[in-house]
Amino acid sequence: MNDKFKNAEVLLEIKDLKIEGYSDETWVPIIKGVDLTLHRGEVLGLIGESGAGKSTIGAAAMGYARDGTRISNGSIEFDGMELTTASESERRALRGSRIAYVAQSAAASFNPSHKIIDQHTEAPVHYRIKKRMEAQEDAMELYERLRLPNPKEIGFRYPHQVSGGQLQRAMTAMAMSCRPDLIIFDEPTTALDVTTQIEVLAAIRDIVDQFNTAAIYITHDLAVVAQMADTIKVLLKGEEVEQAPTQVMLDNPQEDYTKSLWAVRSFNSPQRHRPTDGSEPLISVQHVDAAYTGGVKVLDDVSFDIYPGMTVAVVGESGSGKSTTARCITGLLPPMSGQILCKGEPLPPRYKDRTRDQLRQAQMIYQMADTALNPKVRISEIIGRPAQFYGGLHGPALKQRVDELLDLIELEPSKYYSRYPPELSGGQKQRIGIARALAAEPEFIICDEVTSALDQLVAEGILKLLDRLQNEFGLAYMFITHDLATVRSIADEVVVMQHGKVVEQGPKDEMFTPPHHPYTDLLLSSVPEMDPEWLTTVLEERGVDNIGEAAGN
Amino acid sequence: MGDLTRLVFKRLGLGLLTILVVSVLIFFAVELLPGDIAEAVLGQGATEETVAAMREQLGLDRPAPVRYLEWLGGAATGDFGVSLVSGERVSEAISDRFVNTLFLASYAAVIAVPISIMLGVFTALYRNTIFDRVANVMTLTTISSPEFFLGYILILFLAVRTTMFPAISSLSGDMSLLDLLERTFLPMLTLVLVVTAHMMRMTRAAIINLLASPYIEMARLKGTPPWKVIVKHALPNAWAPIINVVALNLAYLITGVVLVEVVFVYPGIGQLLVDAVAKRDFPIVQACCMIFAATFILLNLAADVGAILTNPRLRHPK
Repeated sequence: MNDKFKNAEVLLEIKDLKIEGYSDETWVPIIKGVDLTLHRGEVLGLIGESGAGKSTIGAAAMGYARDGTRISNGSIEFDGMELTTASESERRALRGSRIAYVAQSAAASFNPSHKIIDQHTEAPVHYRIKKRMEAQEDAMELYERLRLPNPKEIGFRYPHQVSGGQLQRAMTAMAMSCRPDLIIFDEPTTALDVTTQIEVLAAIRDIVDQFNTAAIYITHDLAVVAQMADTIKVLLKGEEVEQAPTQVMLDNPQEDYTKSLWAVRSFNSPQRHRPTDGSEPLISVQHVDAAYTGGVKVLDDVSFDIYPGMTVAVVGESGSGKSTTARCITGLLPPMSGQILCKGEPLPPRYKDRTRDQLRQAQMIYQMADTALNPKVRISEIIGRPAQFYGGLHGPALKQRVDELLDLIELEPSKYYSRYPPELSGGQKQRIGIARALAAEPEFIICDEVTSALDQLVAEGILKLLDRLQNEFGLAYMFITHDLATVRSIADEVVVMQHGKVVEQGPKDEMFTPPHHPYTDLLLSSVPEMDPEWLTTVLEERGVDNIGEAAGN
Repeated sequence: MGDLTRLVFKRLGLGLLTILVVSVLIFFAVELLPGDIAEAVLGQGATEETVAAMREQLGLDRPAPVRYLEWLGGAATGDFGVSLVSGERVSEAISDRFVNTLFLASYAAVIAVPISIMLGVFTALYRNTIFDRVANVMTLTTISSPEFFLGYILILFLAVRTTMFPAISSLSGDMSLLDLLERTFLPMLTLVLVVTAHMMRMTRAAIINLLASPYIEMARLKGTPPWKVIVKHALPNAWAPIINVVALNLAYLITGVVLVEVVFVYPGIGQLLVDAVAKRDFPIVQACCMIFAATFILLNLAADVGAILTNPRLRHPK
């Protein structure tokens, strides 16, 4: 399929793979007949939305079926060995030694009880490939190749003592410990900031090249897969949509679904500008300092204004103080100094001291709709409670208001009124979160990474909804995000935060045109682009030692 | 480690406060009991005068708060007063008995704790197999039967029918350790059977709870064999709940053995307590209760510290 590998040896061949999952006491198909061929040294990108079966196929390539799933049909042939008929111990003998796995969240996938290097040497020592000391030295060498700081020492730390990006690289090193023929990368950079992602991508690409390892790279981010893969396969609901070499796939997708994925980033809300008549800002954050109990200062002299009906995007890496600022505005975390004004009136620092009308003004929508909605409470009550609390509605009036809100978020009231959150999809849950915020009839809503946990198409739907509601009700949004593509599509003004300080702020058009503050520049240039040469170009511009954490300081 | 010592001292301080509260409760609960020692000792032939004279002699006519403070002051220095029945010092009456109870508890613990944890690991490893079910059914059966019943069953089969072990665990001063271990075998076995189920099931549940974690899947995908996944990757992260249940069961071994002691006529503190309650020998009752409270508090403190020591995030701060 890919000319580059026409003469290479086939390493993995999957034919008509079908996998079933156990749910509601029956076996339902998850993977409905997928074929896959991988040559030595080839990197195959598997992309699709969540639920497309990417990770399941990745695990199946190791002959592994997760708890509650079973491989019901098809063949998986790895280097001449049929995995579906092999015994469990034969399959286990391949894992770690010849096929390795890199998981999405390194922080959760390293055992918190053991030192990193002990987890690294476990497989080579178990397979008697290396003696313990040898394996440790090899680990240090791999850490050095992956440009981890203090390669001789970092392995002797526990996972919680190392940052997320470093852990992800340590996990890639661990996958390399037995020099496998194939590595499955399961969304290895999804949980990372853009500036950290770039260093992990560079490290993965390097090491895969150096050892000529074949890889299956699973992701939902097209721009990322464009950097990593030789060949791209698109999946939808357990079925293959199409497959082609990366460049061909990017330039000339055949199927409508693929085209729609490519077109996702097209939504754009026209930029609004501050009123020029000297009217007051709706929310004004003034010189706020804040810290958590006994801790160091998390916010340092943070000031910005939000005008009625406008969207202010607050961007920065994790730990930069975005969410802490939101907690100060809502009164959950009283600032150490500085104040927050609402329409020119100072808000009491503690939410307990605020009046009902002041509380109404600061509504929140959360990143994880899963955990922000009580799974045991009906939708009608989740939305109805704020309507009752702030609007004093009861009986038929309350029911009518809930129906109205459900209409607003484009969910059929008769169908969803008495359902429970676990019965809804991720995007629908997030819509319920929006309705709950709207129920208070606020003028201002804080959106904390509301689209980060969603697939691109679903996220786009949420952004469109938020935009429509903003136009209808003249809402102001504080939009916390680390995703600059989202900022580009919906923000009017941008505030860039780093280490608890505002480093730059201004209208979106100015912020996205040079000259930038160096940190803004770093953030902007770290966002992967669809061009497969993007990573190479960035690395050349910055130099390999000046990416990620090193560049941020 | 400075943080840890500070935490231990803080918890110890809280423990002392708890003991103080418990002492108030115990003292005044005893006060609330109808009748007192004077009436009990003098029995039916008591006249009002003799009762009053006896009360005066024992100091029972003074107000309760005063007697409480006197008693507390004595207790703080190890002097729990004098037994109202025998006139013996309470500390002397209790100390031998308490040592016996501790001996039996440690004997049972040394056997029960490792067995339960190993059974827990094996049932987690072979979960939902015949082995798992049999182990669960058997331990649940032993925990569901009253302990005196278990004791009599054991006596029937191991002492009466087969005469392998003595049915009565009376002790004498000059017994060798081996004799002692044989003599107390049946009460020990009864206690082991009673506490195993709890600890085993908690170990099993704590381990199985972790099997869905990403790092367990990672270990499996590294080709780690199943037993090593459990022992090396799950167990180290499951210690905190296990330690807590072990501590509660150890406390039970010391404070909950009354029935077992009665069945085997073992001279432990539980029997002493039962006798003292029957005879309204309040100084002994109060002292026993204080010892039980202190046992619970100390063992729970040990469990908390143990749980912290097994948590790498607390052991190795950033």
